[in-house]
Amino acid sequence: MIFSEEWLKEWIDPKMSTDMLMDSLTMAGLESDGSSAVAYDFAGIIVGEVLTVESHPDAKNLKICKVSDGINTFQVVCGASNARVGLKAPFATVGSEITIRESEEILRIQIAEIRGVKSSGMLCSSEELGLEEKSEGLLELPSNSVNGEDIRELLKLDDISIELDLTPNRGDCLGIRGLAREIGLLTRQDYKEPAFSQVARKHDIELPIQIMAKDECPRYLGRLIKNIDPNSISPLWMKERLRRAGLRSIDPIVDVTNYVLMELGQPMHAFDFSKLKGGIDVRMADEGEKLLLLDGKEVTLSSDDLVISDHEKAVAMAGIMGGMSTAVSKETRDVFLECAFFAPLAVAGKARSFGMHTDASHRYERGVDYELQKMAMDRATELLIEVAGGDAGPVTEALGNMPESVFVELKYANVASLLGVDIPVEEVQDILLRLGFSLSDQDADGVRIKVPSYRFDISIEADVIEELARIFGYNNIPKTAGLVKQCLTSKPEGEVTSRRICDLMVDLGYQEVITYSFIDPRHSELISKSPDNEVIRLRNPISEEMSVMRTSLLPGLISAFEHNNNRQQERLRLFESGLVFSKNSEEIFQQSKIAGLISGEKYPKNWNINSNLNDFYDIKGDVEVLLDLRRGEAPIKFSAAEHPSMHPGQCARVSDPKNKEIGYLGALSPSVAQKLGFANSVFLFEISLDEVRTTRIPSAKLLSKYPEVSRDLALVLDNSVASSEILDCVKATAGDRLVDLRIFDVYQGDGIEEGKKSVALGLTWQDPSRTLSDEEINATIISCVKALRQQFNAKLRD
Amino acid sequence: MAETETLLAQALQEIEHSRDELSLDGLRVKYLGKKGIFTSLLKSLGDLEEEKRPGAGQAINLAKRKLQDGIASRKKLLLQESLNAKLSSEKIDVTLPGRRQSSGGLHPITITIDRITEIFSSAGYEVVVGPEIEDEYHNFEALNIPSHHPARAMHDTFYVQPGTVLRTHTSPVQVRVMEGGAPPFRMICPGRVYRCDSDLTHTPMFHQVEGLVVDEKITFADLKGTVEDFLHAFFEEDMPVRFRPSYFPFTEPSAEADMGCVSCGGNGCRICGHTGWLEVMGCGMVHPHVLELSGVDTSKCSGFAFGMGVERLAMLRYNVSDLRTYFENDMRFLKQFN
Repeated sequence: MIFSEEWLKEWIDPKMSTDMLMDSLTMAGLESDGSSAVAYDFAGIIVGEVLTVESHPDAKNLKICKVSDGINTFQVVCGASNARVGLKAPFATVGSEITIRESEEILRIQIAEIRGVKSSGMLCSSEELGLEEKSEGLLELPSNSVNGEDIRELLKLDDISIELDLTPNRGDCLGIRGLAREIGLLTRQDYKEPAFSQVARKHDIELPIQIMAKDECPRYLGRLIKNIDPNSISPLWMKERLRRAGLRSIDPIVDVTNYVLMELGQPMHAFDFSKLKGGIDVRMADEGEKLLLLDGKEVTLSSDDLVISDHEKAVAMAGIMGGMSTAVSKETRDVFLECAFFAPLAVAGKARSFGMHTDASHRYERGVDYELQKMAMDRATELLIEVAGGDAGPVTEALGNMPESVFVELKYANVASLLGVDIPVEEVQDILLRLGFSLSDQDADGVRIKVPSYRFDISIEADVIEELARIFGYNNIPKTAGLVKQCLTSKPEGEVTSRRICDLMVDLGYQEVITYSFIDPRHSELISKSPDNEVIRLRNPISEEMSVMRTSLLPGLISAFEHNNNRQQERLRLFESGLVFSKNSEEIFQQSKIAGLISGEKYPKNWNINSNLNDFYDIKGDVEVLLDLRRGEAPIKFSAAEHPSMHPGQCARVSDPKNKEIGYLGALSPSVAQKLGFANSVFLFEISLDEVRTTRIPSAKLLSKYPEVSRDLALVLDNSVASSEILDCVKATAGDRLVDLRIFDVYQGDGIEEGKKSVALGLTWQDPSRTLSDEEINATIISCVKALRQQFNAKLRD
Repeated sequence: MAETETLLAQALQEIEHSRDELSLDGLRVKYLGKKGIFTSLLKSLGDLEEEKRPGAGQAINLAKRKLQDGIASRKKLLLQESLNAKLSSEKIDVTLPGRRQSSGGLHPITITIDRITEIFSSAGYEVVVGPEIEDEYHNFEALNIPSHHPARAMHDTFYVQPGTVLRTHTSPVQVRVMEGGAPPFRMICPGRVYRCDSDLTHTPMFHQVEGLVVDEKITFADLKGTVEDFLHAFFEEDMPVRFRPSYFPFTEPSAEADMGCVSCGGNGCRICGHTGWLEVMGCGMVHPHVLELSGVDTSKCSGFAFGMGVERLAMLRYNVSDLRTYFENDMRFLKQFN
């Protein structure tokens, strides 16, 4: 909502500076968004009358005008096409200065010679005065303007437009009248209604009006104004006020309805009477009914859309926009004015559902004063006849089901219990009365309040208390510590916090990134494992590049890597945690994941570290450390696997003891890396976060006093045997007292047959209650070797 | 006697000239060994006259002792010297950088959320998270925003399917907690939220932390105290905080909290749009309908709620000037928070 101070002052004088006014409104919940002067800063520009016009001898497009300031006559060279004898226009006299707002450049008017002709002063367009961004020709002033009068005075240009960012509950302030009422409330004074005059009825023609949709349209007023002057134009004062309220002048009829909209907050519509057939019906649209709107768009209506119809077809979307076929035009002689109250619920959301938003729908869905229509109709009639002439007929009023007055019971005690401050009863009553509430049934405990017809946001006690707080002043309410009962909350120890997990990643040298949850479907396909479930596509994405919900964190990590890789950052360690999304026919899945990416050298370049690129085992080591947070809660298994975005020979599936998949890790598939232009190998992992979160509460065991016994075992076996299988076999055979088992060497090459590998194992045993004998250990080793031979054809290395 | 003296002097001189343990040991053998010079001298005492023997023996033993002391102190000295030489050969340049992994770091949004949650959890608030794809009921209806409500336009909503949206705020998490429990509630809900809006000052995804307290006798004054205390704790500065009436469908009364600009101290600057105030939080007393819809008895309990944009707080706290840098994930930006 934009309004000008000058217009407001016709209704109420706030008696304070613009800044203070804006501040008071902001602090009362009507947030001021900014203000701007309505014209450039200038002085010395007056009303000038063009006395003669001659063509310039040397320039086809220039004219030589004699301009009078009421006393003297000046010769002015002018290029405007509308310069003509008798025109009154702003005349910048020699010596006047205009400060261009945008550039702060100062334009000084001096005596000049234009193509050999002397010019003393300048005739101005509205653009040159800063009234419009673009304009054609000279600004035409009313013919009754007094020559020599200062333009700033004449057009009241020492005015400021203020923009308010109103919340949806304050539809009552979407007009000068409502604002004046609110400012009166804040400044403890009454606003004065300007003297509107009643227009005498000149004919008796009425258009029959029938309301079928009685809940949706409680009140509909119509009036026929005949014989308006089709050549009339909107007066400058009206255009100026509309401009300062952010509205463009269209034609006199529309300008009048817009003027009433801005002044009273009442949307109105004007039909070309000659195009209406029979009469007005206010009804719900027929399913599939089509209507071509004023803006040229055709809409297909449904049975819950309220329309204004003549006896043939729908002619307007009620409270939103009129139809093309009955619109006023330059040929319109007889105007049918509509001034209605449509129920907020009948309009709310409707415009939006058609992708529209109009000044009318904006007000109707917030609520228009349902007692305002008669006044608005009179005001519009008065203005239209003033501007365009014509003969007014009688006002026809049709009523549907008028809203019932809202009553709210206020208990004084509840004011303190909600706000935490005692406002004295007298002050409460004073504020309520100033708010326009009528009070009844008062007793010591409370009062019954009747809500005025312009407030649609007050229906329960809390609403009334909010109004009290607003006027009492939020900043006059004390601050308290918010004491509540002490409650010590338990932190489950069997659950690793997200904070711990992220800190661990950071300590491993990873940098956290945050990427969008919606990604490019091409990336999703290229990089994610095709999920068992469907990808979720947004119905209304910002762009195709952000149109599907990620099924994996990896595409985001790779995009972040790509961004940095393109900026000469090749050594990167990134991680992200967050939800990934998918669906099947019944359900939407949202799972927490953590994912990491490493590429480039293992360590930052340094004087004493040889350049050494990351490999699979670097990222696997990090995953192992991450999974160590589980404290061995159910051992994790890694197995060779395939993943569409990973290298077929360097990809592992991570699973729990029940073989449930909990994640993947591996090298980014070389073909994908090539497509993305990555020079170095990229290694990735993605793990279900819930699996990392589950940990064991430690339970300490007694330490053994007896010595450990260690043996090494070097085996030669087929290359294809996975290390995990060897370890599983040894664990199963080496007895309960095996306390440590590790692979300390894997070797292929000289001395080992092609297709074979040598694997060296270190085994350690310890018994809690005695020293283990060599014989026992030797026997165990023998059975291990035997088992390995049987399962894998493993031989001891010579 | 004279011979002993001469020998001792000669031996001591040789010891003095020995350069290492090995030659020192050679001298020990030469003079004190089984076949050493002084050993032989002692053995040759028998050749002396009876009366001269004790004197000569004493002199030899004295010389031997002096010799032993001489060897011991020389040995100590040599050891010290060789240790010194070793240490000096092992000297390194301690100013060269260490061998290390690079430092990782958290994203500034995470750092900010952690800070906020730490402040509230230390006061007993529970930290709750919830789904990001929500049903319209929890995102809107349960919060007193029916489908036709003008406030829906303030939430440019991403739709997944009819009735299912990307949550536009974290409030639905609070609804879910209230539905599943009984007061008192004291919680904050951090997380990602989505709005279909993308320009200089909006990203289609951003982060919120919303808080909710529901208990007996909770008042607007408690809300004011909580919001102000939080802002002071978060910014470590006692800047002024003011409350303005505002409108949210799920609170009544509703307020916007502004704090004195941390950049200019309230004098007016580019960051605060020359007003001296920064809008940092929306808040209010929970609307009775919202409490009732979630099964809270409004005759006994009242509550307050507040919500803040994490990106905005992080911008103010860490002097970030462009919202969009958060999600570009440029290392040169992120590393500044490590």
